[in-house]
Amino acid sequence: MTGAFLAILKRDLALAARAGGGGELALVFFLTIVVLVPFALGPDLNLLSRIGPAILWLGALLSMLIGLDRLFQGDEEDGSLDLIRASVLPLELAVLAKGLAHWLATGLPLALAAPLLGLLVALPSEAILPVVATLLVGTPALSFIGAGGAALTAGLRRGGLILPVLVAPLTVPVLIFGVSAANAALGGTVPFRTPFLILCAISLVAIVIGTLAAAAALRQSD
Amino acid sequence: MLFSYPILALDAENLACSRGGRVIFEGLAFRLGNGEAIALTGRNGAGKSSLLAMLCGRLRADAGTIRLEGVTESRPAELSHLVGHRDGLKTALTAQENLAFAQALLGDPALSPDEALAAVGLPHVAGLPVGYLSAGQRRRVALARLLVSRRPFWLLDEPMSALDLSAQVMLTGLMRGHLAQGGAILAATHGPLGLDGARELRIGP
Repeated sequence: MTGAFLAILKRDLALAARAGGGGELALVFFLTIVVLVPFALGPDLNLLSRIGPAILWLGALLSMLIGLDRLFQGDEEDGSLDLIRASVLPLELAVLAKGLAHWLATGLPLALAAPLLGLLVALPSEAILPVVATLLVGTPALSFIGAGGAALTAGLRRGGLILPVLVAPLTVPVLIFGVSAANAALGGTVPFRTPFLILCAISLVAIVIGTLAAAAALRQSD
Repeated sequence: MLFSYPILALDAENLACSRGGRVIFEGLAFRLGNGEAIALTGRNGAGKSSLLAMLCGRLRADAGTIRLEGVTESRPAELSHLVGHRDGLKTALTAQENLAFAQALLGDPALSPDEALAAVGLPHVAGLPVGYLSAGQRRRVALARLLVSRRPFWLLDEPMSALDLSAQVMLTGLMRGHLAQGGAILAATHGPLGLDGARELRIGP
């Protein structure tokens, strides 16, 4: 069973690394958003550094949604999902492996790229570490909330359009607590720890519920 | 030492299937035991692929039961190989990687991916991404999956399609070997399978 779990994880990471895998697409999209914002706002460094964490979080969230529709759709189209169903591995664990692979290929690189992109929005140096930390613990929630939506739209031809509409409202709590934790590090009345711990809790809950919901949706689809 | 499967049977009773609110078939029953082969026939749209999808757990039966005799803790899908129109291959991965993935996922390893590719006559494409292969070659790689891990029930959907004559002979040989080991085959087909003693199960008129 561990072998099957690792096989799915390894295969999805290999697919993400190949051309057209989608991992680098999210990173490029993230870069695009963060580069464009300063042009739109103008050269007001104070304003930029004040809303820097929010821009980085918004960019990361939208980048995570890009390509999420392919999470199960590709497997559904080419029959790989039947193969996964034929494994002794429970569907929930298969979803967990795929969600984890999605986070490793998308969320983790985004979090690691955040310090570099922080330069573009004049992020104060004391905010860099908190932003990376919140993205590290917050992006898994996005992967798994998205997995639930991706499983629902796996059988749809144009699921890519519906998915962000379905998933974006559910990601609001992640965005709120991610940004407020990152901002708390810049000063304010709330300590960093409080929203950060809530963000951790949201991630843990999202991993469990997202996994169960996606597996249930995949069982229903025909 | 020769391998042989334990005593097993797949027992379907009174199966019914409807798609989009329309009943496709009902009251279907069959029993598939060790060393048996069933050729599933019927006109286009009769529900052959739907029946296979039911057995592999993708579709739920609207009525009836599918039971396994001889084992208590497995779903039928966990003891079955499915090779259908959707070949379950990732075009970006090589043939060898695809088979290694299938082996790790399905368990009970038999032949190694390279040996399985040699057995289906494709030893030279092991390192090529599947996207570069022809339809017949892809079908052969999908059929090689039958050999990398040991499962008693082979569910095949039009297994001969896209195969050239020598590959059809090769597949018939593989199926005979599987039956001799006590395996069982359910194949949806329009042409002859080339198996002696294969029963015919006809869906619809």
